[in-house]
Amino acid sequence: MSAPIVSLRGVSKHYGDGPTRVDAVRDLDLDIHAGTVAGLLGPSGSGKSTVLNLIGAIVDPSKGQISLDGEMVFDGGWLRPDLRRLRLEKIGFIFQFHNLIPFLNVAENIQVVLDLAGWPRPKAQRRVAELLDYLQVADRAHAMPAQLSGGQAQRVAIARALANNPRIILADEPTAALDSERAGRVMDLLRQVAVEQGAAVIVVTHDDKVMARFDVRHALADGRLVGA
Amino acid sequence: MNLAIRDIRHHWGRFVLTCLGLSLLLGVVISMIGIYRGLVADALVLVRAPAVDLWVVEGGTKGPFAEASRIPRDTRNAVARIDGIASAGMVTYQSMQIETAKGVARVLVVGFEPGRPGGPAVLAAGRTLERSHFEMVADIKTGLELGQLIRLGNDDYRVVGLTRGQVDSGGNPLIYLSLQDAQALQFELEGAAARNQAARGERANTNQVNAVLATIHADADLDSVARSVSRWKHLSALTQADQEAMLLSAVVDKARKQIGMFTVTLLTVSTVIIALIVHTMTLDKAREIATLKLIGAPDRTILALIIQQALAMGVISFSLGATLITLAADRFPRRVIVEAPDIAMLAAAVGVVCVIASLAGVRHALSIDPAQALGG
Ligand SMILES: Nc1ncnc2c1ncn2[C@@H]1O[C@H](COP(=O)(O)OP(=O)(O)OP(=O)(O)O)[C@@H](O)[C@H]1O
Ligand SMILES: [Mg+2]
Repeated sequence: MSAPIVSLRGVSKHYGDGPTRVDAVRDLDLDIHAGTVAGLLGPSGSGKSTVLNLIGAIVDPSKGQISLDGEMVFDGGWLRPDLRRLRLEKIGFIFQFHNLIPFLNVAENIQVVLDLAGWPRPKAQRRVAELLDYLQVADRAHAMPAQLSGGQAQRVAIARALANNPRIILADEPTAALDSERAGRVMDLLRQVAVEQGAAVIVVTHDDKVMARFDVRHALADGRLVGA
Repeated sequence: MNLAIRDIRHHWGRFVLTCLGLSLLLGVVISMIGIYRGLVADALVLVRAPAVDLWVVEGGTKGPFAEASRIPRDTRNAVARIDGIASAGMVTYQSMQIETAKGVARVLVVGFEPGRPGGPAVLAAGRTLERSHFEMVADIKTGLELGQLIRLGNDDYRVVGLTRGQVDSGGNPLIYLSLQDAQALQFELEGAAARNQAARGERANTNQVNAVLATIHADADLDSVARSVSRWKHLSALTQADQEAMLLSAVVDKARKQIGMFTVTLLTVSTVIIALIVHTMTLDKAREIATLKLIGAPDRTILALIIQQALAMGVISFSLGATLITLAADRFPRRVIVEAPDIAMLAAAVGVVCVIASLAGVRHALSIDPAQALGG
């Protein structure tokens, strides 16, 4: 097997200190490989979102090491001065609530990522068209997010996450707001991305509808891996 | 892709309303400057209207506007004989009320000798006085029309000429009569009050005028002519420049401070209001800003979004306000002068105001945690 794309070693995260201290993640070792769709499972409050946010460089680990796509990015401290650049280059996010920018239309919501990443205009436009096609929302290219159905919005959000060809896709409850048929389709799509782009897809979910669709499952309890 | 414009387009109704409100506020700021310029211009009208070189007034006074001045009639001939003087004419000034179709109006009556300095140098219509009785040149602001007959005192006067924009420093329009008519009118209108004055020996009599106005020959030296006049102890000679400086210091200095303070206050209020609007707009966009940060947007993208919106708001509101005031300038009871350099200076000030006002929003935007995008 190839080297993992996401690798956590001894990562801990606690919020607060003293009597209010919460140990959200404790001494976690985790490897996710290219081409896999990994499920991060566990009861509410077990630390799933925190793990995802640690990988996504959204929250700072209290200690440990994180390497992403072969690059050590955290070792007691962030090794990159610009975490937003890191996210832009390596990570695509998909949220439970799609988080599209309401004042941009569908195509612009995808375009904005490519603009930030510095893609030349014609190339970016080809990429947007390709993604809209791929996710079957090409006919909604000029619609505003408020005019989309839940499933359409989620597919656009996925298109945005994929736009800059990230090696790591992080999805927090991506199917919670969808019925089982649409949830299934989203999962198919994530699998396709994992396989076709050689990406690591990490999905946090409570959702029984999609449990069967993971290549690997990591279960958390009280901030620790408990094996699945 | 410009995010600021996209966001404005998304909320254009709210944005337009905000700009409309702001444009009224900025319009008031512009009109303050316009009113100030109007005051300055009005203050100078009186002294510029006759277009003369020299004002001969009572010795030791700064007449006839800043202080009262009375000099004997024969001054005119004495002045006219001085080397370098081209022509000289007597003038009187007197405030009074006249009745027009629009009601009672306060005017300043200028009495002058037809054919001599003291009359209106520029007319908007008609002609200047040709006869020494019962003709009048009036400012358009009085509402009088050419050919109209109007009763002053015991006589009817015909309007033979019109001026435009000739007012005293109080904004009251000027009317020009012949010196004889003006003095007769003054005499008639002095009722009981004036008879008391007369008892104290203060009454103006027709042997006295307020000033003698003179023009000089093209090759004469203004200062030496003025010095020649001032050799008479009972006379002072003021140049056109002296008069303008005096009027400006008397009328304008206070107004400048007053209106300056008011303008600064209004600009401060505008800053606070724009700051509140920008801050609210930023709060409303907190989630979008968090999302942008999450997907990798640098601070510069987010700052541009906020500052560009603030500037767009400023530019649109200011242009609207400036247009509004320019269109409405003539409807103000006193003169409002909207000039390009003032507009440019204020526009720059509003630009600075917008940037300063953005700071609160910017500070908030920078503090937004990308993790905020994750919450439901
Ligand atoms: N910003 C925060 N400040 C303080 N405590 C936090 C914060 N975020 C999470 N926690 C705590 O960390 C623990 C793990 O939270 P996390 O959100 O990772 O759980 P989760 O497994 O995603 O739960 P859920 O299934 O309900 O989403 C919880 O006890 C939570 O209260
Ligand atoms: Mg969670």
